[in-house]
Amino acid sequence: MQKLIRIEPSKCIGCKSCEMACSFRHRGEFAPSKSRIINEVFMEEAQFITVTCMQCNDPWCMKACPKGAIEKDMASGIVTVDEMKCVGCRTCVSACPFGMIRYLDETGKADKCNLCGPDFPECVAFCPTHCLQYSEEDLPLREKVLRFARTMKDGQGEV
Amino acid sequence: MGNGWHGKVLRVNLTDKSCTVEPLNMEWAAAFIGGRGLASKYLTSEVDATVDPFSSENKMILATGPLTGTYGAANGRYMVVTKSPLTGTIACSNSGGYFPCELKYAGYDLVIIEGKAESPVYLKIKNGEAELADAGHLWGKTTAETEDAIRAEFHGDAKVACIGPAGESLVRYACIVNDKHRAAGRSGVGAVMGSKNLKAVAVRGTGGVATADNAAFRAAARDTLKMLRQHPVTSEGLPALGTAVLVNIINQSGALPTRNSQCGTFDKAEEISGERLAQTFLKRNKGCMGCVIACGRVTRLADPRFSGAGEGPEYETLWSLGAACGVSDLAAIVHANYLCDEYGMDTITMGSTVACAMELYERGLLGDADTGMPLKFGDADAMVRLVEMTGKGEGFGVRAGLGSYRLAESCGAPELSMSVKKQEFPAYDGRAIQGMGLEYATSNRGACHVRGYLVSPEILGVPEKLDPEAVAGKAVWAKAFQDVTAVVDSAGVCLFTTFGIGIPQVTRLFNAATGFGYSDEQMMEIGDRIYTLERLFNLKAGIDPSQDTLPKRILEEPLPDGPLKGAVSHLPEMLSEYYDVRGWEKGIPTAAKVKSLGLA
Repeated sequence: MQKLIRIEPSKCIGCKSCEMACSFRHRGEFAPSKSRIINEVFMEEAQFITVTCMQCNDPWCMKACPKGAIEKDMASGIVTVDEMKCVGCRTCVSACPFGMIRYLDETGKADKCNLCGPDFPECVAFCPTHCLQYSEEDLPLREKVLRFARTMKDGQGEV
Repeated sequence: MGNGWHGKVLRVNLTDKSCTVEPLNMEWAAAFIGGRGLASKYLTSEVDATVDPFSSENKMILATGPLTGTYGAANGRYMVVTKSPLTGTIACSNSGGYFPCELKYAGYDLVIIEGKAESPVYLKIKNGEAELADAGHLWGKTTAETEDAIRAEFHGDAKVACIGPAGESLVRYACIVNDKHRAAGRSGVGAVMGSKNLKAVAVRGTGGVATADNAAFRAAARDTLKMLRQHPVTSEGLPALGTAVLVNIINQSGALPTRNSQCGTFDKAEEISGERLAQTFLKRNKGCMGCVIACGRVTRLADPRFSGAGEGPEYETLWSLGAACGVSDLAAIVHANYLCDEYGMDTITMGSTVACAMELYERGLLGDADTGMPLKFGDADAMVRLVEMTGKGEGFGVRAGLGSYRLAESCGAPELSMSVKKQEFPAYDGRAIQGMGLEYATSNRGACHVRGYLVSPEILGVPEKLDPEAVAGKAVWAKAFQDVTAVVDSAGVCLFTTFGIGIPQVTRLFNAATGFGYSDEQMMEIGDRIYTLERLFNLKAGIDPSQDTLPKRILEEPLPDGPLKGAVSHLPEMLSEYYDVRGWEKGIPTAAKVKSLGLA
């Protein structure tokens, strides 16, 4: 069964712990600028929005790669860059409409979220409010549906 | 790779407009950690304690700690250390947000600012490069306007720490605001910045912070998070209501200084409580970088009279602009809080100064001719007006900008200033919480709650419950809390995490990050060393032990109301014990003590 990082923006506190955790795990240092997950703080609107690669079913980056260095594992759903094949041409960077794959100077390769491969995603492990969850089902969405349904229910009179 | 520190100091000389990088003194880093401790070591080594705080000889140091920019214990903090124009003591003001981490990611542990620019400038830092830019067009702008303008012209993702009009006009309690709503608030660090014609420090940092032992650091951080998520203060109280959770608690304890400390309870406390704020203007909770607590309050003001948005007010502000002034109009308090952020003023001293002015007015020591308007307790409009006048430097606001002590002194009644060493109390009455009275009297930056927060054991029962009326043993607690705080402030950790974690956990994070092998006892000794170093600077600055005292009201006038009616502070008893515990002879660190701490 495929799992994904589910994001519930209403629980976010804008602490960027996800960015710190990601860069520490994958780059060996705390460097949010190199994080694969992005936590944007919009103070004026009081909104904190977190975005990361959603492991597309039909990935633009994969289709664009001239070297066949990007693969989607059909079992786990994870879209991975094979660093042995990647030549650092940045075609994928242009192709991704979400800006979720980038070129890293220090490796000379493309870099993107791989859900921490076989491990539990580090950003989810360090999210203090459970704004990020790692799940098979679309649980946060289910919660939203239920909240809406309950509101409907509360508005009903006696039958 | 690195080990928490970068080993780099950026030295900015405003007089000759030079920016140079020098190696961090690692011997000092080992003895003073970073942040508050390390910056204090640099300041006291480079600045004569007797200098005029507004002279070009004074320096200002922005200091991160070895843990700033990492995760675990809300490590998004930095310190501003300088000589205070409010107190004449060493000043060190802490702030969180995104700016502190950005500074660290730009590659510097400390930024030492010296000299004085001829005309307004701001400092631009982009990773390893730093330069001074003209700030003529920014002078006069509010803090939010300044940040927006700098982002537009320098870098869209830049983080900014700046002063507002109050810092420019040398209001003695002007603060330095970063990320628009976070402030290195107390002791007038923003006025020192203004005196140097430095409007802002803008940073873009895309580098990182490395730790010595990544696996050990990760494990320590995981455990820290778990502890913070389990402790009721850091997982329930602060997230639910922010620091404002304290309004009702402290009022019920009879320790909420009301109408310039004339009472210990406020009959309208409920109207300015965290609970009320949550029902009205609170939009959502917010954390600083790396935070798990999220005590920050994002608020929106929707009121027929005022509009605006920002962060806060915090507990201390709800008290200072509220109960201290007898004001229960929450919208007016939130609005005045925004004004303080915009103009760049410390809300604690601002509100306390308004409260002091109100008492001076009611006693006839100030008249309409002085103030230009009636100033009575409970008058929310007058409170807002005076905050605005102070920020703009208009009329009576110029005198209010001196702080309550200088204002009361000019009226011939300095005893009506609720301050120690000319810095106003925060929101706890020293008669109702004996340990806090001792803490105010011995804090190295004048009255302060974040140098040794004895409210935690005396009221909240963390880590254990102490009787707030008791005197015995408070000296030992005061020293322990002051030393722990000095360590926390130096590491780059948020003080609020210490509700849930103690020194052992801070030491564990520190050792894993730096590769050091300090024991808890060694860390506590560093706290003692920092505290004593600050004390020695203050003594050289001419702040003698006779100033380790409290206003006459707290020492002699019994609390007229509340559960602790009749109480006065028993400071003298606690103070002599405190000096003994510290190894200070009549308030002066002995030669043996100084030597044992390596400060000789």
